[in-house]
Amino acid sequence: MNNQDQIKEFIQKKVGEKVSFSNADDIFKLGLVNSLFALELVVFLENSFGIQVENEDLDLNNFRSVDNMNDFVAKKTA
Amino acid sequence: MALLEAAYQEFRSEVREFCEREIVPHAEKWDREEAISEDIIQKLAKKGYLGLTVPGEYGGQGKDSLYYAILNEELGRACSSVRSLVTVHGSLVSETMARWGTREQKSTLLPRLAKGELIAAYGLSEPEVGSDAKSVETSYQEHDDYYELNGQKKWITFATRADIIVIVAKNGEHVSTFLVHRTDPGVKIEKIHGMLGTSASGLGLITLENCRIPKDRLFGMKGMGFIQITNTALDNGRFSVATGALGIALASLEHSISYANERKTFGVPIGDHQLIKKKIADMTVAVKAARLLCYHAAEVRDRKDPSTYVHTTLAKYHASKAATMAATEAVQIHGAVGCLNTHPVQRLFRDARIMEIIEGTSEIQQLLLSNYALKNLTDIID
Repeated sequence: MNNQDQIKEFIQKKVGEKVSFSNADDIFKLGLVNSLFALELVVFLENSFGIQVENEDLDLNNFRSVDNMNDFVAKKTA
Repeated sequence: MALLEAAYQEFRSEVREFCEREIVPHAEKWDREEAISEDIIQKLAKKGYLGLTVPGEYGGQGKDSLYYAILNEELGRACSSVRSLVTVHGSLVSETMARWGTREQKSTLLPRLAKGELIAAYGLSEPEVGSDAKSVETSYQEHDDYYELNGQKKWITFATRADIIVIVAKNGEHVSTFLVHRTDPGVKIEKIHGMLGTSASGLGLITLENCRIPKDRLFGMKGMGFIQITNTALDNGRFSVATGALGIALASLEHSISYANERKTFGVPIGDHQLIKKKIADMTVAVKAARLLCYHAAEVRDRKDPSTYVHTTLAKYHASKAATMAATEAVQIHGAVGCLNTHPVQRLFRDARIMEIIEGTSEIQQLLLSNYALKNLTDIID
């Protein structure tokens, strides 16, 4: 499973199987993410991809979509 | 078989011995006088308890969450007002700074917090805002080289002693958090008297009037004061309160067992009466379940599982309920003796009620738990 699929799977599990969204969709705009889930996402990315999310990384744009998170992980692991 | 490995048991013995010597003899007096002593703050600092989980590189002890659980449990068993200092200073501020502070904040402020040279508090609640934390009315304005804060923070634990207070403030829809010093111009702190429980925890009303602070006092990213800082702080604080509540429940049970073995009615110790046995059984189950939930939450926190907050919520919800139940039954078992203001169980009874209110009421915990369970029950149960 590639990074994108892993991220999608985690979010899908959290929001429920019946909710559909694409890798490009803004999950904040769709109302899929509350503030606690946002922190869960941060911890998930850190644990799954061995990165450390720092204060200055907490730009919401890094977390808006599966694609953005995938880019963010790629940048952090480059 | 012991629940904990030897190193943790040794740590518990060390903390218990400290509490029995330095805290328990003074707890009723501090409660009546509505203040813990400066001396105990210095002694906590000297033992490293004010920075137990702060990483060693920032001057802390670098201990894991299970050590922290034991510390809070033992402090809660002895005196909840002392435990509440560790909650706000250690959990809400120091741990949150270790996670999200800037390099500068972590290198200059955090070591002083970890060593207890500076004491910190967290200013979230306001006269009109409690559980609905996003609705804070305290405002901030950004200028070229400073922020200006205006508003009031109420029920702020250890505001009367803190050198630094994290202030949650709003600008339009953006919530940000700031590190305000008690000596900053425009800061006024008044003590709140007459609290039901944790009476010695220095609650204060903070008024900020045209309070100007330098730009480097922003704590966390601008506009992320709720999502990033407050959520992290409350999660940290909840763990401390959960384990502190476990300590109250344990103390209530221990006092009850001791009294049930010693007090006689109808020619036998009251522990021989079936209705007292039932109370002891219920309290024992509640305490053991609370301990298991708290220690499990500690383990989940340390492995940095994404679902950490729900396990902490579960522990806090149950442990605070267990504290209320056990302390209520302890007073009942003790009868008139337990109602006297020199007896510890009346203090435990009053302190227990506070556990269901601070760091998110029991009702807020129920909402969090049910919302989570409705979507991801297996993450909680498995």
